[in-house]
Amino acid sequence: MDFDFDVIQRSLPYLWKGFQYTVQLTGIAALGGMVFGTFLALARLSSIKPLYLTAAGYVNMMRSIPLVLVLFWFFFLVPLILQAITGADRPPQVGAERTAIITFILFEAAYFAEIVRAGIQSISKGQVGAAYALGLTYGQAMRMVILPQAFRNMLPVLLTQTIILFQDTSLVYVISATDFLGAAAKIGQRDGRLVEMYTFVAVAYFVISFTLSYFVKQLQRKVAVIR
Amino acid sequence: MNYNWNWGVFFEELPGGEATYWEILLEGVGWTLAVSALAWIIALVLGSVIGTIRTTQSRPLVALGNAWVEFFRNIPLLVQIFLWYFVVPEVSAPLKAWVVQAEPSHVQFLMAVIGLGLFTSARVAEQVRAGIQSLPRGQRAAGMAVGLTTTQTYRFVLLPMAFRIIIPPLTSETMNLIKNSSVALTIGLAELTFRAREMGEYTFNFFEAFSAATLIYIAIAMTANRVMAHVERRVAVPGYIAGGAK
Repeated sequence: MDFDFDVIQRSLPYLWKGFQYTVQLTGIAALGGMVFGTFLALARLSSIKPLYLTAAGYVNMMRSIPLVLVLFWFFFLVPLILQAITGADRPPQVGAERTAIITFILFEAAYFAEIVRAGIQSISKGQVGAAYALGLTYGQAMRMVILPQAFRNMLPVLLTQTIILFQDTSLVYVISATDFLGAAAKIGQRDGRLVEMYTFVAVAYFVISFTLSYFVKQLQRKVAVIR
Repeated sequence: MNYNWNWGVFFEELPGGEATYWEILLEGVGWTLAVSALAWIIALVLGSVIGTIRTTQSRPLVALGNAWVEFFRNIPLLVQIFLWYFVVPEVSAPLKAWVVQAEPSHVQFLMAVIGLGLFTSARVAEQVRAGIQSLPRGQRAAGMAVGLTTTQTYRFVLLPMAFRIIIPPLTSETMNLIKNSSVALTIGLAELTFRAREMGEYTFNFFEAFSAATLIYIAIAMTANRVMAHVERRVAVPGYIAGGAK
């Protein structure tokens, strides 16, 4: 057995580019997913039947199929949909990296929606009553009374979900996008150094996720509302 | 949208002519269920042990349990499967000797089961620990007071309660496990998602292939959900809020 851990140092610039994409994808998907997820949660809690049925259907559907399959679905569908919208002759070239961003926003929104829904439901009914009694509209009550409290309660869970998302972005490997793992896999296959590259990737993911989880735990103690 | 719909494609034969597409999809379902079932057993057994030792009074056992959970929770599943498939055989000579002469699908299956089982065991361990810790402190004390040993207290008092309380989160872990089994396609295991993509690539009827896979996953998830709900009702603790719910 001969291992050559120098390969990691030689390929650091390329790995760094992959890592930057991983961080970018995580950030955009987390923000986009939280915004879309909040709307989904509001729709699910609304009293308008078609609205909550649609939202519940979307969330349950996304949550019952594997992320890998969802990535394949979008990799196939996004160009076709864009072609239908733009009326182009051929499906536009979107690229795996951009497809992955769209997929993750739409997929993660389903998971964030469940967190936000639980957060909103954890707020006592009296708060809603008080907001309406003051004459606030639905939008004002949500924006100024319910959601700020709900988000404070949810913050640790939202961040934990983001750490899971950070790990899940490695699955873009299946559509050959060059994220952190994808970059390592490409170097490893080219140089026949899969053992070294995958070990390095595992250590890097571990250190980052472990550190982030530690900070989330600290934060959890800090923001916990004393009741 | 210019897309050639062909819902009859499932009954067409593969280029080799040895099987039709619905047959290979079904074969894929078989691998998905086999990997999930075995990994679930590993996850449940190891997760119960690890979760339990994290609630004991022994410092080394608690540290071991914590290390286990942190290790398997902080590395992405895909990377863990790659570690089992590409890295572990390279550092273990006897394993390498077996891998070289074994049937590739057997190696893929084994590594997927181990990878998925250990990954999920950390999650199960978290639930088991939370379940035990959610019990009133008096239960452990009562067990000790009637003269049970620590093992007996766990065996007859704490675990029977804890397991019944954690069935709902265990249900979602079971669903996650079934979905996560699709990651095994990255090491070449011909499970359901693998077969659906293969069918799409051969026929260009991606829509039909992915729809079939999606419906099958939903059907599996719903079945697993029903089974677990049945178990939940059967073993519900009388007097607990969740116990009476139908």
